[in-house]
Parts: sequence; C-alpha cells; structure tokens
Amino acid sequence: MSVDLTAALLKIALFLAFFLGTLAPIMVWVERRACALIQDRPGPNRLGPWGLLQPLADALKFIFKEDITPTEVEKPLFLLAPVLAMLPALSTFVVLPFGPPIEVGGRVHNLVVADVESGVLLFLALSSLGVYALVSAGYSSNNKFSLLGSIRASAQLISYELALTLAVLGVLLPVGTFRLDAVVAYQQEHLWNAVPQAIGFLVFLVAMFAETNRTPFDLPEAESELVAGYHTEYSAMRFAAFMAAEYINMAALSALCATLYLGGWKLPFLNPPSGPWALTALVSFSGLAVKVILFMCLFVWVRWTLPRFRYDQLMRLGWKVLLPLSIVNLLWVAVATLQGWM
Amino acid sequence: MQLAVFALFALLSLVSAVVVVAHKNAVYSTMSLVVVLVSSAALFVLLGAPFIATLQVLVYAGAIVVLFLFVIMLLNLGRENATGEAEAPRGSGQKWGTILGAGVFAGTLLALIWRTYGSDSLEPLQAEAVATKPLATLLFSNYILAFEVIGLLLLVAVVAASVVARRVGSAGEAEAEKEG
Repeated sequence: MSVDLTAALLKIALFLAFFLGTLAPIMVWVERRACALIQDRPGPNRLGPWGLLQPLADALKFIFKEDITPTEVEKPLFLLAPVLAMLPALSTFVVLPFGPPIEVGGRVHNLVVADVESGVLLFLALSSLGVYALVSAGYSSNNKFSLLGSIRASAQLISYELALTLAVLGVLLPVGTFRLDAVVAYQQEHLWNAVPQAIGFLVFLVAMFAETNRTPFDLPEAESELVAGYHTEYSAMRFAAFMAAEYINMAALSALCATLYLGGWKLPFLNPPSGPWALTALVSFSGLAVKVILFMCLFVWVRWTLPRFRYDQLMRLGWKVLLPLSIVNLLWVAVATLQGWM
Repeated sequence: MQLAVFALFALLSLVSAVVVVAHKNAVYSTMSLVVVLVSSAALFVLLGAPFIATLQVLVYAGAIVVLFLFVIMLLNLGRENATGEAEAPRGSGQKWGTILGAGVFAGTLLALIWRTYGSDSLEPLQAEAVATKPLATLLFSNYILAFEVIGLLLLVAVVAASVVARRVGSAGEAEAEKEG
C-alpha cells in the first residue's frame, strides 16, 4: 500500500472515529440529559455512570427492532434515501484541515484528507446533495406528512444555503483562495474572523441551524403537525441512519464554522507540540474537536430553549433578514479588503 | 485506471440520461438527472478541472435540480403520470416539437464532434486555464460583456417571475398589501 493511501486512510479513520464513533453517541446522551436538566427532571440515568451507556442501549435497540417497509411505498427510492442521507454526511469532512503540515519519514503531509484547490466549495457542494435524501424519503413514503415535510425541507435548505454561501464568501475575500488551510493561516496572522465579520458569523450560525433542520427551524420534521415529517415511515436502522446523519451534519458544519470564523484547529495561546508527528496531529485535532463540541452544546441548548418558528416566519427571516445581512457583510469585507484594513 | 474510471462515469451518465427522458415518473427522471450531473462532474475531474466539477455539483445538482423536484412534488406530477391517469393529450404540435428539438440537438452534437475530430487546430485543455484564478481573469476581461449580459438576463427572469407571481387585482395582493 502506498504512503499516500495509508495517510489518507489514517486521516479518514481519525475523522470517522471522532464523528461517528464518539461524537454522535455522546451527543445523543448530552441531548437527552441536557433536555432533562432544562426541563427539571433526571433523564436517562440508569445504565452506567450518569447513564453514559444509554446510547449503546439505544443503538442495540435500533439494530434489533423490526425493519418495516410499508407496502405502498416507492421501494427503490424508499430504500435508497437513508443511504443518500449518510453519503454527504460522511464525505464533507474531507476538506477540513486539522493541523499544521507534519513531516513523516522525510515527507511533508498536509493534515487534511483531500488537499484540493476548491476546498470549501467542495464542502458546500457535497452538503447541498443532502437535500435529495429528505426529498426522496418524503416522496417515496407515499404519505402526506412525509411529502409535506420534504417539500418544506427543499424550500428551506435552498433558501438558507444562499445566505450561508454569501457569508462564506465574505471569509474567502481577504484570504484570496478557496483553501481552508489558508483561511486558518490567515486567522493566525490576523484576528479570528468572528471579530471583524461578526455579521457574517451570525448569519452563518443561524443558517447552520436551518441547514441541519434543528429547532427552531426543524419544520421538515415538526412533530406537532407532521408526525415526524420526511422520516415518518422509517423504522429501526433506517431511521437511525437519518438521525445519525443529522448529528454528523451538525458536527461537520460546526467544524466548518470553527475553521472559517474561530481559528480552525488552533487554540489560543497553545501551540501543538513539535514532538512526534502522531502527537502533533492528535493534539491539533483535539483543538478542532473542542470547538466542535462547544458548537454541539450550543445546538442542544438552543433546541431546548427556543420554540419552533412558523413557516412564513422562517422564510421571511431567510430572505428578508439573513440574505440582506450577508450582502452587507460581503460589502463591508470588500471595502475593508480594498482599503487594506483586513 | 483512468480509462476504467472514465468508462464507469461515461456509462453511468449515458444510462441515466436515457432514464431521464424515458422514465414515466417525473421524480425518478429528476433523480436520474442528478446522477447525470454528478457523473459528468466526475468526468470534469478526470479532465483536470476540479473547480468546474465542484461548481457543477454545487449549482446544478445542489440547487437547480432541487427546485425542479420542489415544483414536481408541489404539483404532485410524479404519481399521476405513473398510473397513466392524467396523461397529457399528445397533439401533432408536440410531435413536431419533439422532432425539431431532437434535430437541433443532433445537429449541435454533430457540429461539436466535427470540430473536435475534424481538425487538429484545437489544443488539449490545459489544467492551468481552468483553475480558479485564470478562469476568473478570463471571465472579467475577454468575456466581460457576455458575463454581464447573462447577469442582466437572470435579473429579467427574476423580475418576470415576481410579476407572474403577483396576480394583479386578486385577493392575494390586497392581503399582501394589508400585511406590508
């Protein structure tokens, strides 16, 4: 096996071990416990210390539940939809840098899985494919609630993608490239982007909630009106796939937000040790992981604090508030870059 | 290796393109269109133009086709056509339209093939020419007029769409004005 392939596989394994193996189950536990805390009740606390083994029990339950395929569904699309949900969720992280270049055996490796020129665009392109999972799940289920959920999802995702992309453009303008490692390097020389581009940061943050269908924007799966929206008809592991995809998407977008606005893998006043390469890589990766975990806690906190928006409010916020704000941010960055303030 | 990847994605895009046209259910057609777009993006990568491939997925597969699907699902076209109940009446106009469209497409394709293989004046695509910066420089120097005209065209389309959506004199407008 060639060195490049081994390196790429190692990096992918690191991301998967964190996103899929650690963060997703822990976040399910955090979500349930934090929700209980906010609602003044104990929450799941029986299995293991503080109920920490609860996600394991949940996963086992999902595996052993009966997998039901209703008779009237469009079978090919119905079976494909959970796969389509996992595919973009498990591929967007490839462009995220997680450390300084390291030297292994006389060769320099950039700590990013796919070291491509179109960096952040590839992230946006892959994550924009996620909407097909929701749409095909809703359509193929042959169920009014599912269909309504997926129609809502497609309109919502398209609307907020616009503001999100324009906010990202503001970050790229002073850096002058799509490469995310350049964005991180830029923030080491200047301030974190969240300070000069506070408006863009805010727009990105709000659009992030809408893109991942999280409360207060979880209208595609609003349980009080649509049962469970696009995944009403799914059970067992197929349902679990949708849920896991949601958590991994949250983690990936959090990592992108941390990279664009909060200095990426670099923690303030802490430099990764220049000892053995594995140590450097792991320590700088934990820098990114810490920021991702902070964002995930924000997701949970907001979910159990704010009520859900109405659909017209959601559309008004997206088109009449966030989009103009992101354009204002872009103009400000353009002027500041031309004047040499950034 | 490169040939195998090319064969895979070329075949995939051809087969899905046929499905787009031939499938009775509009939702399946649209989903196949996504496969066509993504696999032709893969072909762009093989040609050494990853930036164009990314834009293809981002703009077409990620945004425009989603709107197609949105309209199809909103009008609930897929299912009715699948059962054959609400089949549109086929007049002679449609027949001639089909023939005309196919003729224009075949002519364009032939002209392109002729231009590619008929002369050796065309140089192979340079990776540097389709990278982000040179592409942007070309767009904003040589092709600035075309670029701006396309922008204007899109603006006209947006204005037209909002005029159509307004429905002058209906109850909806009075309500909208009351709200605003």
